[in-house]
Amino acid sequence: MSVRINNLTISYDHRPAVHHLDMLINQGDWLAIVGPNGAGKSTLLNALAGVVTEYEGDIEGLYPESIAYLPQQSQLDKSFPITVYDLVSTGLWNELGFSRGLNANQHNKCEEALEAVGLHGFENRLIGSLSSGQLQRSLFARVLIQDQHIILLDEPFNAIDTKTLIDLTSIIKKWHENNRTVIMVTHDLDYVREHCPKSLLLARECIDFGVTKSVLTEKNLRHARALSEAFDTHAVWCAG
Amino acid sequence: MYDFLISPFIEYGFMRRALVGGFAMCLGAVPVGIFMTLRRMSLTGDAMAHAILPGVAIAYLISGLSLFGLTVGGVLAGLLVVALAGWVARSSHLKEDTSLAAFYLISLALGVLVISLQQSNVDLFHVLFGNILALNNAALSLLASISTISLIVMAVLYRPLVIECVDSTFLRRAGKSSAIAHYGFLFLMVINLVSGFHALGTLMAIGTLVLPATAARFWAQSLDFIMFIASTFAILGCYVGLLLSFHFDLPSGPAIVISMGIICILSILIGENGGLLRNRFQSRHLTG
Repeated sequence: MSVRINNLTISYDHRPAVHHLDMLINQGDWLAIVGPNGAGKSTLLNALAGVVTEYEGDIEGLYPESIAYLPQQSQLDKSFPITVYDLVSTGLWNELGFSRGLNANQHNKCEEALEAVGLHGFENRLIGSLSSGQLQRSLFARVLIQDQHIILLDEPFNAIDTKTLIDLTSIIKKWHENNRTVIMVTHDLDYVREHCPKSLLLARECIDFGVTKSVLTEKNLRHARALSEAFDTHAVWCAG
Repeated sequence: MYDFLISPFIEYGFMRRALVGGFAMCLGAVPVGIFMTLRRMSLTGDAMAHAILPGVAIAYLISGLSLFGLTVGGVLAGLLVVALAGWVARSSHLKEDTSLAAFYLISLALGVLVISLQQSNVDLFHVLFGNILALNNAALSLLASISTISLIVMAVLYRPLVIECVDSTFLRRAGKSSAIAHYGFLFLMVINLVSGFHALGTLMAIGTLVLPATAARFWAQSLDFIMFIASTFAILGCYVGLLLSFHFDLPSGPAIVISMGIICILSILIGENGGLLRNRFQSRHLTG
């Protein structure tokens, strides 16, 4: 199932953070959203995830219950007393809801997910006692459990060591091989060049979108940097 | 020993009622208090407790010291302030704590004004400081009902509340359950504060929610164990407070809150999990 974005504008206080964006994301794409700070990357991802719901234009082919979303760690309350196992199993919310318990099958799924991210034996650790790499691994385990066709990752490799990065990348590669759609926001251009087949270069508006090699050119990147991050205080209402 | 610890409750009916009412209030309020402190909403709770006052005061003007009137007035005022503050916070740039503070100041002032219309200081005292020693049958059943409803609703909301605390965007994407958990929780805060109001008065109703929950975090790490410890502390505080109040002729509400407060301070000092003194004198570590 592909995702089509038509003339999408997301504004804060009438100032566009994402401006007139059109794009088609095919089922099975591994897409990186890159761009300078303040380019609207996370805003776009939040709109795709259904966290931001007020925007102009439309997004077709996305349903909140068919998306697994990996938030930035700063959005979590790490001091809350919850174990790694419980955090991971919250990925089953759509199946379990308010009250159902985990069946044997679902227990196995959790165990397998923890095994896959290399956190076997961490089940009963509180998330507050984890390193940021370990916490990121457990969030990936939760995405694994959610088992969705579309996976959104918000800066998944911030403050992560090389070993963790390699392990988690191999998980993303498996998703890609299984024809799941992976959309990630990142600042790491080298990573994008090496791994992500497609990119969107964003600087509030779309600078370029397509095959990574043709998007991340020096010219495009300069263009993106040149577009001012500051608001134009004399901006008039946009006619588009 | 027996005379000191047990006989007051055997010999005097009002002490027995106070004990039972206090226990009921504690059992309902403690789980709510734990989530309240974990969500950093202690001050929100405090604001809400004050916001109940004008509702109670108006009810008092209309119906006097009637249990039903005061309860309905308190719950309505609490819910109204919660709804208004939540609405203002969600649809303007004000943070929720700021808008609550604004609403609670207004309603506190309003409450005191309304009460002062009536001349009797005894009643003002009753409203501000509660009267756990004068619980009649109806008041006891009210406390027990609130406690029961609170525990049941808490059990239903437990899972989404935990998820909402850890990762607030996770549920917000998945439909209505996040809003149900949020407003359901605020409702629980209001009814438990009203229950606390009958026993301890509007000013100290928040005590049962905050103090045992804070103390328990210094003894336990997992949520279920925190709940168990906090309930035990709350019940202990209630019992000790009533004893002190009986033997030394102290007002019962403050005695209960002080007892819980002492448990809380001791826990902060010597608690197994991060107690200040313990950290100071034990700097040992494991091999790996």
